[in-house]
Amino acid sequence: MSVDQAEIEKIAQLARIRVAPTDIAELTERITGILDMVDQMQAVDTSGVEPLANPLNASQRLREDRVTESDRRAEFQAVAPVTESDLYLVPKVID
Amino acid sequence: MSDSVWETVIGLEVHVQLATESKIFSGSATAFGASPNSQASAVDLAMPGMLPVLNEKAVRYAAMFGLAIDAEIGKRSVFDRKNYFYPDLPKGYQISQFDHPIVGRGHVQIQLADGSSREIGVTRAHLEEDAGKSLHEDFHGMSGIDLNRAGTPLLEIVSEPEMRSAEEAVAYLKTIHSIVTYLGISDGNMAEGSMRCDVNISLRPHGTTEFGTRTEIKNVNSFRFVEKAIQIETERQMDILEDGGSVVQETRLYDADRNETRAMRSKEMANDYRYFPEPDLLPVEIDDSYIEALREALPELPDAKRERFESQYGLGSYDAGVLSSERDIADYFEAAAAGGDAKAAANWVQVEVLGALNKTDLAMSECPVPATELAALIERINDSSISGKIAKQVFEILWNEGGSVDGIIEARGFKQVSDSGALETMVEEVIAANPEQVQQYLAADEGKRKKLTGFFVGQIMKASKGQANPKLVNDILAAKLDASS
Amino acid sequence: MSLPTLAELSRRLGKGDVSSVDLTRDYLARIEAQDPALNSVITVIAEQALAEATAADARRAAGESGALLGIPLLHKDIFCTAGIRTSCGSKMLDNFVPPYDATAVARLKAAGAVTLGKTNCDEFAMGSSNENSFYGPACNPWNTERVPGGSSGGSAAAVAAGFAAGATGTDTGGSIRQPAALCGITGLKPTYGRVSRLGMVAFASSLDQGGPLAATAEDCALLLQAMAGFDPADSTSAEHEVDDYSARLEADLEGLKIGLPKEYFGDGLDAGIDTAVRAALAEYQALGAELVEISLPHTHLAVPAYYVIAPAEASTNLSRYDGVRYGYRCEDPQDLYDLYTRTREEAFGAEVKRRILVGTYALSAGYYDAYYRKAQQIRRLIQQDFLAAFDSVDLIMGPTTPHPAWVLGEKVNDPVAMYLEDIYTLSVNLAGLPGMSVPVGFVDELPVGLQLIGPHFSEARLLNAAHRYQQVTDWHTRRPAL
Repeated sequence: MSVDQAEIEKIAQLARIRVAPTDIAELTERITGILDMVDQMQAVDTSGVEPLANPLNASQRLREDRVTESDRRAEFQAVAPVTESDLYLVPKVID
Repeated sequence: MSDSVWETVIGLEVHVQLATESKIFSGSATAFGASPNSQASAVDLAMPGMLPVLNEKAVRYAAMFGLAIDAEIGKRSVFDRKNYFYPDLPKGYQISQFDHPIVGRGHVQIQLADGSSREIGVTRAHLEEDAGKSLHEDFHGMSGIDLNRAGTPLLEIVSEPEMRSAEEAVAYLKTIHSIVTYLGISDGNMAEGSMRCDVNISLRPHGTTEFGTRTEIKNVNSFRFVEKAIQIETERQMDILEDGGSVVQETRLYDADRNETRAMRSKEMANDYRYFPEPDLLPVEIDDSYIEALREALPELPDAKRERFESQYGLGSYDAGVLSSERDIADYFEAAAAGGDAKAAANWVQVEVLGALNKTDLAMSECPVPATELAALIERINDSSISGKIAKQVFEILWNEGGSVDGIIEARGFKQVSDSGALETMVEEVIAANPEQVQQYLAADEGKRKKLTGFFVGQIMKASKGQANPKLVNDILAAKLDASS
Repeated sequence: MSLPTLAELSRRLGKGDVSSVDLTRDYLARIEAQDPALNSVITVIAEQALAEATAADARRAAGESGALLGIPLLHKDIFCTAGIRTSCGSKMLDNFVPPYDATAVARLKAAGAVTLGKTNCDEFAMGSSNENSFYGPACNPWNTERVPGGSSGGSAAAVAAGFAAGATGTDTGGSIRQPAALCGITGLKPTYGRVSRLGMVAFASSLDQGGPLAATAEDCALLLQAMAGFDPADSTSAEHEVDDYSARLEADLEGLKIGLPKEYFGDGLDAGIDTAVRAALAEYQALGAELVEISLPHTHLAVPAYYVIAPAEASTNLSRYDGVRYGYRCEDPQDLYDLYTRTREEAFGAEVKRRILVGTYALSAGYYDAYYRKAQQIRRLIQQDFLAAFDSVDLIMGPTTPHPAWVLGEKVNDPVAMYLEDIYTLSVNLAGLPGMSVPVGFVDELPVGLQLIGPHFSEARLLNAAHRYQQVTDWHTRRPAL
């Protein structure tokens, strides 16, 4: 399956990655190459095969409902780009 | 054209915050009102390398809800990632459930004002994590992000599009509220955001079966706003359709200050949530014995309680409905009824207690008059210690100042005068002081005499400051008046 | 040139012939002198390492013992280390200092191991050559014009060069085994769930697994013993009991049935590697093992399935890097969208961006069934191939890589060619099995690795088989001249 540039632009927008206009052609070509390789899968009949999401046949372990974390805001915000009044700051959020 | 041409089709997605101590995937506290980001752990902040571990109580509470609405419990439910970027969503995906929710199809019974009831289908209910909060106060043109709420467990309950009016939608929401608070799986506190809902609305001509284009109103957080938002959105859509336009499928916000809905700008960019199974979590497996143990431990639910109130206490269906609507009210009523007079208790709770709570904007749990005191008060009326009128005064004192019923009666000298000697003297004095009225009484026929009796009783009650036992007063008065002829 | 193994250093420390401080000084000096040629270590924490070594020596003086007490190690820069920058080889986390240790690191520290620093790697572990690192490529110590493999290229190169007694690595599609093979050392990728993933920055959650790289199987056994074990903070961590890996190293291989997948010896395999691998298999026969040809019929689908599943998981695992709470943030974002798109454009490298886009595409509406679901179905078929094979054989062996280390830059413009270098290792991750690479010879003076694959939780058997081979050969003692 090949993708066109418009599709790559749409995907890049979904993934929130800016792609410079000068790079889009090469990127499209590379991704088309990868998807062509991946498309070998389509030749196999997998009807009736249960998808495998996780290699171990285990089920989720449940945690007891207990508060085990204390306030580590100062440590966590020490590595934050911009904070003020204990909040993380971002460009204005519009509902 | 008018309402009668259009049928409103409503479906609700109710987000219920589960009353766990810790978050759904981390050990941080869920307490309301903590200082910003003080309850956001490395997991909640999506720090690199952090992983989720599922809270057992969230699973248990979801399954309890499923049992309460007679739904199939997903014995193997799966968590998925719902991917989108937003600053209140630290991982860039929300852990939710998509194809295999923990609660499958169920139903609830809603009660309407005209006494009728309807069944509303619940499509599914699934577990997910809440997002944080964006604070719009101006930080030099920026927004502040508080992630304390991120990771709080939510149960999203999705209804079938089976409601046809704002009244039905509110009744449905109240029913869900009453079920989750009965189960104790949520505090149901809408002001703190413990219960919020998204409303899907569309219109179609009456008699047609195809759905019209719907809009979704996000995050409505009170019963009243749900009602108003539905009304205003219905009108908006009706105006569009009647002008020959078409409704745009979109996400809208209800602005309570302006009583209008408007399109959300943040939802303008096309979304594609790219759901896929969350690889950091394994499938949740619940076995039959777990489900059976929960079923057995399930508390009595509102419907069953209402029926029991009717049969056990002989209450009418309206009274039983009001008194069973909330677990706290029902418990209060039953504690008051334990005094022996359920009907009086039903009356007192509905009129005086709920009235006073409403006036002071308090919750049942904050009621200053304990149910045991209300029971004592009713007992004092029934044993003729005080009159109904005095009882209301006592209740007011209990409410405002506290204390015990007997203590108040004693201290204020409210005890009814039932001493026939004292009453006889009082009656004789009133008769002596009102010869004119006595003459009128004696001259009157049976019918008029009754009316005149009232005058004498009033005088006696006044003289006794309301403390004379009315029944005794009547008996003595009749005897004395008749004797004076 | 030959350097003492981790096990040998452990014995010397135990006897008091050497102190941890001495060893730590030696390694730090070697890194300082020789790493500029390799770029395998991107963060050295000399002062802290010496403090840890002093503490280890004190513990030993107080009567404590333990195989790793005082042993200097390097950690792949994918493992979070409290107070030490953890970059994941990315500009995105160039300034990120986590306030916590990964569980695997914490366990090694608790066992008394000393942290010398952090090793270079492909950005977020995405790569097979270590060329996708913000800090520049690491070089192969056998030939510095060649790649060390990846993504744990820095760890493999550093161990081969003698910069540490051992190192940690992570393996999502071969990232421990392939660089171990290309650098001539021993590497073990454990069963999925054997080593906690907490604090090990995620590439592809259902495939990632941490493990050791060292000179020998005996060394790997000691490291894995400390790293392995159940972690309640990782939902995918296995509650399976941890074997005593060192205890079973010497077990006899008589009667061991080794399966040779015919798909691993076909077209595309370098003739020199084929020869070296077959010679190693002959050694196993001499040790009493029986060789059986088997088939893993879905092998050719491993690369396509992997390059859907891994990018899909990665695309969402990397959504958290948004410039809000930690890491890189672009200058003067105009609005939220600008903050996200520019931060991610500027701080992710080309390969990471490609994989995020491929993964986003594979998960997007309309393509989910054709890509993601299909790949998961193929994943099931690949696992079934292995499980069926293990009904009749004890271990599977074959080459770790189709080619020896290639020249830096040779494949950077051809991602698909690069992906095909992992053709023998990817299916092991898809199936969640344990796998090892041990050095079995050279082709054109470049090391060759033999891959050993076992059933789930058979690490002890793998280490035993690798150890017995290393007892009768000396490839693992060869060291590059720097």
